[in-house]
Amino acid sequence: MKLTLKVFRFNAETDYLPHYDTIEMEVDPKEVVLDLLNRIKWEHDGSFTYRRSCRHGICGSCAIKVNGRSTLACKERVVDMVETFGTELILEPVSKKRAVKDMVVDKADFWKKYDAVKPWLVAEIDEHPQMENIIPPSEAEKLEDADYCIQCGCCYYACPVVEVNEDYLGPAAFEKAYRFTADVRDHAKKERLEIVDQLGQGVWDCVKCYECAEACPKHIDPIGKITKLHNQIFEEGVAKSNVATRHAVGFKHSIKKHGILDEGELVLYSEGFGVFKHIPEALEMFKKGKIVMPWNMPKSKNLDEIKKLVDIASTVKF
Amino acid sequence: MSKLRYALYTGCTARESTPELLKSTLAIAKKLDIELVLLDEASCCGASHLQDFDPFLSLVLNARNICYAEKRELDMVTICNTCQLNTAMTKHKLDNDPELKAKVNEKLEEVGLVYLGTSNVRHFLYALIEDYGLDNLRDRVVKPLSHLNIAPFYGCHNIRPSELHHHFNRTKENPYNPTSLDELIEALEGNSVDYEHKNKCCGFHVDLQAPKTSNILTGNAIVDALDNNADVMVTPCPLCHLNLDVKQKAATKAVNRELPNPMPILHLPQLIGLALGCTPEELGLQHHVTEVPA
Repeated sequence: MKLTLKVFRFNAETDYLPHYDTIEMEVDPKEVVLDLLNRIKWEHDGSFTYRRSCRHGICGSCAIKVNGRSTLACKERVVDMVETFGTELILEPVSKKRAVKDMVVDKADFWKKYDAVKPWLVAEIDEHPQMENIIPPSEAEKLEDADYCIQCGCCYYACPVVEVNEDYLGPAAFEKAYRFTADVRDHAKKERLEIVDQLGQGVWDCVKCYECAEACPKHIDPIGKITKLHNQIFEEGVAKSNVATRHAVGFKHSIKKHGILDEGELVLYSEGFGVFKHIPEALEMFKKGKIVMPWNMPKSKNLDEIKKLVDIASTVKF
Repeated sequence: MSKLRYALYTGCTARESTPELLKSTLAIAKKLDIELVLLDEASCCGASHLQDFDPFLSLVLNARNICYAEKRELDMVTICNTCQLNTAMTKHKLDNDPELKAKVNEKLEEVGLVYLGTSNVRHFLYALIEDYGLDNLRDRVVKPLSHLNIAPFYGCHNIRPSELHHHFNRTKENPYNPTSLDELIEALEGNSVDYEHKNKCCGFHVDLQAPKTSNILTGNAIVDALDNNADVMVTPCPLCHLNLDVKQKAATKAVNRELPNPMPILHLPQLIGLALGCTPEELGLQHHVTEVPA
């Protein structure tokens, strides 16, 4: 199989702008993307620079982007990439703006945010224990697969919010926070939840795009952990009353009242006095028949069923 | 082909801020002789926000919605990507976890319902492609869209998580290179525009708490479509539509671009309706904040 590789080249010490090398290569379908990186270095240009170590999908060093898709080079088969993108593959670092040399990026931002959730067990450890500290399987299961993260950064650099909001901690840090908030031995659950509850940096800024779930080479489903953190924030009484929490809770009130959502009421409930800033937009929408007035608000049929279910199936209070 | 019949879960938006979506969906169904039975009993899907607050309640409510499709012995179709996500996710969880299903049914029994798992849940886009077929659709085109460069905007929750999408659809859309909308555009004889942001996020779900993020993501998509010569964008999701259409000015301002002309944003059934010869009124084009030129 003949491929055309477009390879991102950049040296922060000498280059003002990056450029792309075009390389034609005969490739065995059994090769993985890391084989291509090796062959670029060995057969075309010895100065080509990339990180790699274990070649077993466990060290997390070789994360790059192929045609915009975050991937671990050692795990990704070339044949699958060709099936998705055709025979022209664009090889780039996970973050072009953080490139140091070719595929190598400065992951300082990733580690800073990772550290922000205190990625270690906070517990009073008896230095001379008399017996084992046994965790029942039912408790251990709550961690799910959260322990399998290899800090490769695939999810983090695939996240669109990370791109536009430099305070946002991102999916990898949240995933790690959950790894400890779900751990029965940990004593810092509330403290961690307070960190991820903060607007701007925390889970409320997640756009729910599922890019992290697609990107994770270990199939950990970071957004699933983000949802669980949202749930824990309410369960543990950490949630503060703000536009984001009221927005989540407002759905329940609106559903109980109408079955379907009352969009206007939800915005009012979420924003409080802040609702005034939506007035110009609301006027434009009103002119186009996009706003339903309270007296015309449609209701679901058999609304009494919905009201009853909200009463008997609610599990969380706020 | 025997007449296609589905239970239509409209979601809330199509009954409130995007009335044109429901209108145009019903208009093209009539043209294509597809019967859509409205699920008037259905409640809101929770839009992924109720799920953040009370996951069990959201499962019960979504299961109830599916019950009403099952009672009519029909498969459910959705016209909102986020409704699709939350409904399909509920179905997936209940169908694979008998204990959870029993817990949900215990609540549903109190209102005389039972969730069985007999109705499939798909977005109308995929029902059209998989059941009606693009060839049949092509045969019904009376006003080819060959004069238009059309940028498809897929919307996250139809294509991600891909595992969920693949479970419910025969169309195995690749989230990194989706093609269904492009193929549909070609079937209507329009020119589909290839651009980087077609499978990216519009940011709708943080509109209230992080408007800056939302505006930048929407702005990036519109500007990318424009820079690739799109005359119009089309989306199967009313939430994407709200961001792309209603917030267009704020969004393009957030990415420091002034558009020479506003970018018209069409709902998927509006685009199909134009090719099938529906009138602008039938498709509700007058409801757009960003004008759609005749």
